[in-house]
Amino acid sequence: MASTITLEVYRYRPEEESEPVFQSYEVPLRSDWVILDALNHVKDQEDGTLSYRWSCRMGVCGSCGMMVNGKPVLTCAAFLESYAPDPIRIEPLQHFPVVRDLVTDVDDFLGKLKSVKPWIVRDEEKPVEEGEYIQTPEELADFKQYSMCINCMLCYAACPVYGLEPDFTGPAAIAIAQRYNFDNRDQGNDDRMDVLSHDDGIWSCTLVGECSEVCPKDVDPAGAIQRYKLAGAASWWKSVLLPWQNR
Amino acid sequence: MNQNIHHTPHHPKWYRVRKPVFWWVKRFADIRFIFRELTSVAVAYSVILLVVFYRTLLTGPGAYLDLMETLKEPFWITVNIFALGAVLYHTYTWFNAAPRAIVVRLGKWRIPDLMIVGGNYAAWAVLSAAIFWLYVSG
Repeated sequence: MASTITLEVYRYRPEEESEPVFQSYEVPLRSDWVILDALNHVKDQEDGTLSYRWSCRMGVCGSCGMMVNGKPVLTCAAFLESYAPDPIRIEPLQHFPVVRDLVTDVDDFLGKLKSVKPWIVRDEEKPVEEGEYIQTPEELADFKQYSMCINCMLCYAACPVYGLEPDFTGPAAIAIAQRYNFDNRDQGNDDRMDVLSHDDGIWSCTLVGECSEVCPKDVDPAGAIQRYKLAGAASWWKSVLLPWQNR
Repeated sequence: MNQNIHHTPHHPKWYRVRKPVFWWVKRFADIRFIFRELTSVAVAYSVILLVVFYRTLLTGPGAYLDLMETLKEPFWITVNIFALGAVLYHTYTWFNAAPRAIVVRLGKWRIPDLMIVGGNYAAWAVLSAAIFWLYVSG
């Protein structure tokens, strides 16, 4: 096996060039190296101007998502050997504006995430003297899958709907909304339904399914959205058939 | 400068690429998705055809027989064969997607996806058999 592998890295330096170029780097092909290790090697040893995000290096922080050979992946979980001997093309997550090199602007996602109230909403908190909110293992199982989301935004890069319609709330934000909707301590379902049951919310999703394919935590955002659609349709029918129960 | 560049307002140096119209032609999975979406046209066609059937039935036997004669023309037979194939494929994808949307728990037990898919197919088979029975017995 070759002792090195080529990285074709997307470079965009707005002060130097009006559009991106690809720059090649030869890095050691080590069996224990992931792509992020190779980028760190480039940054430390070859070209300190290369910009990218990373933090935990263990698939938890969700910072190091990039397009690798056209597919969104966490670079801390993508081993060089699985791409060898061909060159590896590394680009920033698609569908997001590129600030510099592999760094994208994620404000759009953060705004959408905040809009779905990703926290436990209570109409009224019960006094501390009344004790904790009890939750059974079965109730935990209802939402645990969605709580595994690490906000890596790979699902946004994989979603063609988001690429075509940037106003779409997007997979992760809706999956996280479901994480709280299915939490028996939460009472914010109606608030989130108001935000998500419109054209830019759940109804924009056409179930391409790529968001779930690329999710490194098996959250299944596509499934979360389809469940939301069912709940949205049921809510609409309820409002038509039982109008006196409307808020 | 590349025509695809669309700079973000207030951040003119940020680089953004518009998604091309034919983004889906590169991967088989995307082509399959677009094909699935296009089969919705066949579903809409089938619904319209059903409405036309009802209308001719309400109009009278003459109108119904005229419609049947029209549908025997090679053009309409071809259209309906394609529509049937597309609707069957659409149904298959719909049933397979059902467990993503329907999560049913009976106490601590979550009904497996396979049973939800199987339930859809079973309901389809029963309804088809009932319609077939009505057809042969009428």
